[in-house]
Amino acid sequence: MGLNFSLLIVAALILAVFLGVEALGLSFLFGVIIPYLALATFIIGFILKVVKWAKAPVPFRITTTSGQQKSLPWIKDNKIDNPATTSWTMVRMALEVLFFRSLFKNTKAEMVDGKKLTYQWEKWLWLAGLVFHWSFLIVVVRHLRLFLEPVPAFVTLIGKVDGFFMVDLQNFYITGVLLLAAVTFLFIRRVLIPQVRYISLAADYFPLFVLMGIATTGILMKYFYRVDVVSIKELTVGLFSFNPVIPEGVSVLFYIHLFLVCTLISYLPFSKLMHMGGIFLSPTRNMPNNSRAERHINPWNYPVKVHTYAEYEDEFRDKMRAAGLPLDRDGAEDEAAATKE
Amino acid sequence: MMYNSRNIIIGLIIFVGIFTFPFVLGAGKANEAPKLSLDTPKINELIKKEPIETVEFMRNNHMQLLSDWKVAVVRDGNRVYVSQKDGQEYDMSLQNTCLDCHSNKEQFCDACHTYAEVEPNCWDCHVAPEVIR
Ligand code: HEC
Ligand code: HEC
Ligand code: HEC
Ligand code: HEM
Repeated sequence: MGLNFSLLIVAALILAVFLGVEALGLSFLFGVIIPYLALATFIIGFILKVVKWAKAPVPFRITTTSGQQKSLPWIKDNKIDNPATTSWTMVRMALEVLFFRSLFKNTKAEMVDGKKLTYQWEKWLWLAGLVFHWSFLIVVVRHLRLFLEPVPAFVTLIGKVDGFFMVDLQNFYITGVLLLAAVTFLFIRRVLIPQVRYISLAADYFPLFVLMGIATTGILMKYFYRVDVVSIKELTVGLFSFNPVIPEGVSVLFYIHLFLVCTLISYLPFSKLMHMGGIFLSPTRNMPNNSRAERHINPWNYPVKVHTYAEYEDEFRDKMRAAGLPLDRDGAEDEAAATKE
Repeated sequence: MMYNSRNIIIGLIIFVGIFTFPFVLGAGKANEAPKLSLDTPKINELIKKEPIETVEFMRNNHMQLLSDWKVAVVRDGNRVYVSQKDGQEYDMSLQNTCLDCHSNKEQFCDACHTYAEVEPNCWDCHVAPEVIR
């Protein structure tokens, strides 16, 4: 259901750009207005979401970690998995963000012979996820060659390394293809594994289809239905210098690519893709586990009127003694001290 | 009220910085596509100042055309290209055909390539016109 719905929406979006640009000549809308609106939605939406999250107090350390906590000096603690200081927490966070360390520990549960439950290390999700995210990053950084004039040296360098292999005398960018392959794998995994399919919603399929659309149109533009890259760069540089222009002869394929990118970024703050910011705010990752060393006070604590056992005993000592109940302090010393004075 | 507002604000500033720095670098700059010079002896001699295929085709597909030429010459030994546009025949050669007309490589090929940040490595082996001079 969610699958067909998402596919339909993405197809409708593509059709809308196609008709809008080809039939109605709305290239200024799709080339300038929508990109600006999408970027504004992305940045403002992202900030508001993070601010909303930051309003929720998270006073206590979540101790479900997979490493030994720091305690007595002769017990070896696991500094990365169970960090006690801010700097080790940053190491844990960096490894999580850059290498998806906790996903690496992913396991798969399976019934063998119908009665034996076994767990297996499942690394393909981790691998495909890592390939996808890194490829995405590199593709976006490489795209800066189309956004900036002059092009910074690090963009050229990344482009050279990525385009190391040449096909037909032209640069062939590995990450572009890896990106599409990884997204496709993640999609197929979702559809083929029944348990994963069961929990998949339109909100899971839609971003995958949008990403597939972006990567496919990009690859088509680069290797199959070539576009006028110089005019496209004029358009993007115009956007980034606030002097928007719509050059002649920009293919509709580019407008589809651009519109899908706009869809992706404007949808991001309202979607699961917001894990981009959320990862930094996950309580299981961003707090040092120092509950034994420091006292963390709950911010919504209010003063509670208490009656401690000591006070209770003071109040009822005589009656308790008379009933023969055991006393923590029988009060005899107090009386002795009082008579001495 | 925000908790840990110092860290949250630092994080958000980094976020906004990363996603808006092309604007910071680009804002207000003049946006000029490279000006291509067609002022070469060979092109000036032409009666009809036209490329091999349509201008639009050349702009978008010259890399593929060159690749096809190379394959035709090196693999099939075929050196004659017949234009799809007007049936005119050309010798399939990077140095002797393309750069015969576009002998101002720097104001033509390179002007575009610097702008689009592509560096074809052809000139490691093929001879560029200024070397002949
Ligand atoms: C007969 C001379 C001639 C030959 C040979 C020739 N060109 Fe051209 N080329 C031209 C002319 C004239 C134009 C027209 C430019 C215009 O009108 O803007 C042109 C345009 C182009 C353009 C588009 C420039 C623009 O304005 O956008 C490219 C790219 C190009 N040529 C590359 C090549 C390549 C690569 C080759 C070799 C495969 C080649 N040319 C061979 C004469 C030639
Ligand atoms: C209108 C601008 C323009 C002109 C003029 C032009 N090129 Fe290009 N050329 C490009 C662009 C843009 C690319 C890269 C396209 C991309 O990024 O996929 C390119 C790519 C190439 C490539 C493939 C390189 C690679 O790594 O992908 C070759 C080879 C090439 N051009 C040769 C030439 C030659 C030879 C001339 C001069 C006769 C020339 N070009 C003139 C714009 C131009
Ligand atoms: C490693 C050296 C080398 C590099 C790099 C190289 N070529 Fe060549 N190329 C050759 C050789 C050798 C021939 C064969 C020449 C012949 O048989 O006439 C050739 C032939 C060609 C031909 C057909 C014949 C002719 O005279 O032009 C074309 C077109 C061509 N190359 C285009 C390119 C383009 C475009 C590039 C850059 C993307 C390139 N080559 C890079 C070595 C190279
Ligand atoms: C405003 C944003 C974007 C613009 C203007 C843009 C524009 C372009 C253009 C013009 C090309 C063709 C390049 C060429 O022929 O050399 C291209 C290729 C491509 N784009 Fe984009 N793009 C944008 C964002 C993205 C994003 C966010 C992704 C990642 C999902 C992406 C993925 C690709 C891929 C995979 C290619 C194929 C070639 C390659 O690997 O570089 N694009 N894009």
